Amino acid sequence: MNLSYSKEYEGFREEVRQFLSENWTDADRASAPEADLQTVRGAMGGGVRTDERATEFRKQAIARGYMYRSIPRQYGGGEQPPDPLKATIIAEEFKQSKAPFEIMGQGPSMLAPTLVEKGTEEQRQKYVESTLLGHTMWCQGYSEPGAGSDLASLRTSAVLEGDEWVINGQKIWTSNAQEADMMFALIRTEPDKPKHDGITYFLIDMKTPGIDVRPLRQMTGEADFNEVFFENVRVPKDSIVGERGNGWKVSRSTLKHERALIGNASLARRTFDGLIAMAQIIEVGGRRMIDDPVIRDRVCSIEADLLAAEYNGFRLLTMGAKNEDPGVAGMVPKLHSTNVVYRVTQLAMDILGDHGLFAPGEARAPDMGGFSTAYMWYWGMALGGGAPNIQRNIIGERGLGLPRNV
Amino acid sequence: MDFGLSEDQVLFKDTLRRYLEAECPTTRVRAIMEGDDGHDRDLWRGLAELGIAGLIVPAEYGGSELEILDLALAAEEMGWAATPGPFFGNSIATAALVASDDEDVKKEWLSRIATGESIATLALSEKIGEWDPDRMETRAHDGRLSGEKPLVPYAAVSDVLLVAAKDEDGAGIWLVGNGASGMTTTTLHGNDMTRRLDAVAFDNTPAVKIASGRAALDRARDVGLVLLAADSYGGSARSLHMTSDYALTREQFGQVIGAFQGVKHQLANMATELEPALSLWWYTAHALDHIQDKAERHAALTKAHLTDVFDMVSRYAIELHGGIGFTWEYDLHLWFRRALFNRSYMGTASYHRKRAGDLAGW
Repeated sequence: MNLSYSKEYEGFREEVRQFLSENWTDADRASAPEADLQTVRGAMGGGVRTDERATEFRKQAIARGYMYRSIPRQYGGGEQPPDPLKATIIAEEFKQSKAPFEIMGQGPSMLAPTLVEKGTEEQRQKYVESTLLGHTMWCQGYSEPGAGSDLASLRTSAVLEGDEWVINGQKIWTSNAQEADMMFALIRTEPDKPKHDGITYFLIDMKTPGIDVRPLRQMTGEADFNEVFFENVRVPKDSIVGERGNGWKVSRSTLKHERALIGNASLARRTFDGLIAMAQIIEVGGRRMIDDPVIRDRVCSIEADLLAAEYNGFRLLTMGAKNEDPGVAGMVPKLHSTNVVYRVTQLAMDILGDHGLFAPGEARAPDMGGFSTAYMWYWGMALGGGAPNIQRNIIGERGLGLPRNV
Repeated sequence: MDFGLSEDQVLFKDTLRRYLEAECPTTRVRAIMEGDDGHDRDLWRGLAELGIAGLIVPAEYGGSELEILDLALAAEEMGWAATPGPFFGNSIATAALVASDDEDVKKEWLSRIATGESIATLALSEKIGEWDPDRMETRAHDGRLSGEKPLVPYAAVSDVLLVAAKDEDGAGIWLVGNGASGMTTTTLHGNDMTRRLDAVAFDNTPAVKIASGRAALDRARDVGLVLLAADSYGGSARSLHMTSDYALTREQFGQVIGAFQGVKHQLANMATELEPALSLWWYTAHALDHIQDKAERHAALTKAHLTDVFDMVSRYAIELHGGIGFTWEYDLHLWFRRALFNRSYMGTASYHRKRAGDLAGW
């Protein structure tokens, strides 16, 4: 075990600082688009600026190997050996100087690594870099009204007619479908084959005629999810990733990336740091909330759980770098870190007290309601990529060797 | 950056696990814990030959001069096997001795401790529940010690006791040879029979001061907290392992019970709490040697967290076993009792969370 910031790492931190001071100036910071509800949400875990200036900066940072470190250079990534300490230093320094960082979301985190792994050379060239720069926005078309956790039951179909696939059916719970340029989707192409075998992985241009996006309003009041209807939607024959009928396997690599995305504890950490700041400001009965012994006990209990999630991430990265099979340790992060998110956001709401009554967007709400949004967003995290009981099945069956359910 | 164990550490753990499986299965655990002093000299000698008594003793005194993480890995294995004996008390006493400046005392005692020839223990708490050295009432004056220490690990079988006390300069540590004049040792019946506690009273007992101030005491406390956390992990992992095994063999309604989602999900929840907790105590053990500014607060948070996890896992383990888990013959209660010990000894979870809150400077 070696976690020290050796001279090499201190030197690396200096290097990053130097880069930032030269390439992301006060004027750049001032040029940020004005904060609105969307960017507050962004601060909790979503979008970042993608304007021309941000793109120019992002390209410089990628060239230095500071972003998208696991994606090869030839496809627009930073291509660096895994080094969680360096990644932490970069994230800390970029945050400190309010510089644009990696675009979050399903395109860069899920689709891009999947294409690097399974796509054709043409698909990689066409999509990976523009996805990493936020120029091509993606949504995921997996779930259907009758196929949630049981994805293999999906029924949206594609039939090959000449050089085109003709798609009909419906997807649901599609995040950000209104803004997305493209969708990566699982669609049934061989109706006669058993469940998993007849599915193909598609890349679909959202501007194709016949696609109808209808927003679904979620608990937070916002509409981040959608239903997407396909009526005789025609896409080119080469819109598929991997072999025809092999989409299930291709999607396994995407889901793996999604679990990694949802499994990280960063939303919990940001919310935790925020609640500590709040608890030092908000007073009840003349006493700061942080001085309330019950609150303090909960804060420390939750902090230990959060630290466990963060250090487990260090352990998994080390195992990945050594090509060791993480076993159960690699299956629990999603369930564990979403549990931590729940504990953290619940505590934040208890500290907010009456301040937590304000809806997101209400000017009197601390952080423009960011805490209540995070409290409700727990569900987005817990249910996305497989509901908690599906995670428990995976842990029990693949991790502990228990038989499949009766 | 490398957040993992070295090849030597993995080998050491494997060796210890195989040794304890062969030499100290639960039949022997039970024989030892039901014996008079809860201590088996042959087992202790065997463990000492594997090096567990001298892990953190500097090489100049004949030890392996390894890190707290190595010591904690040994504690994990003792937790897995529910090994009875003086390992815990001996380890925290060793940590206090290593932190002492008294070269003569170190030379005399550390070399004997490293080989297992002598056993040491640490007498820290007072009045049943007082773990803060600033509030101790045991007093030293002119090389004599008077006071009461109600919960001393394996005092009866130890050769030497390190005693936290105060003199006119404040807190410090005094060394007392077992059987010194004015010393009375009373054996207690504890819930955890694999780790004995004795009440020790001193009345004008001759003692040598070996450390001034709180530094050595605080170090011994932090090491103890990490060892209890690592032991809790080992005990939890064993409880989970036994329960998944049981779920794969026990049949009801024509199925092995592990095929029922109610059972499977409870086991998954145990694993979900346990796996990340391992990373927490690894980090904290490492911090005790390498990240001084995080060590004390992390030790407090880690002890609280791991003993909470052990409580949850050992409780569900029994629940999932059903009636057999509640019997004396079945082994699960060995770990359930160790969870009780780890939870209470050296301060409860809420006590350490309060300390962690105070240390945060909020």
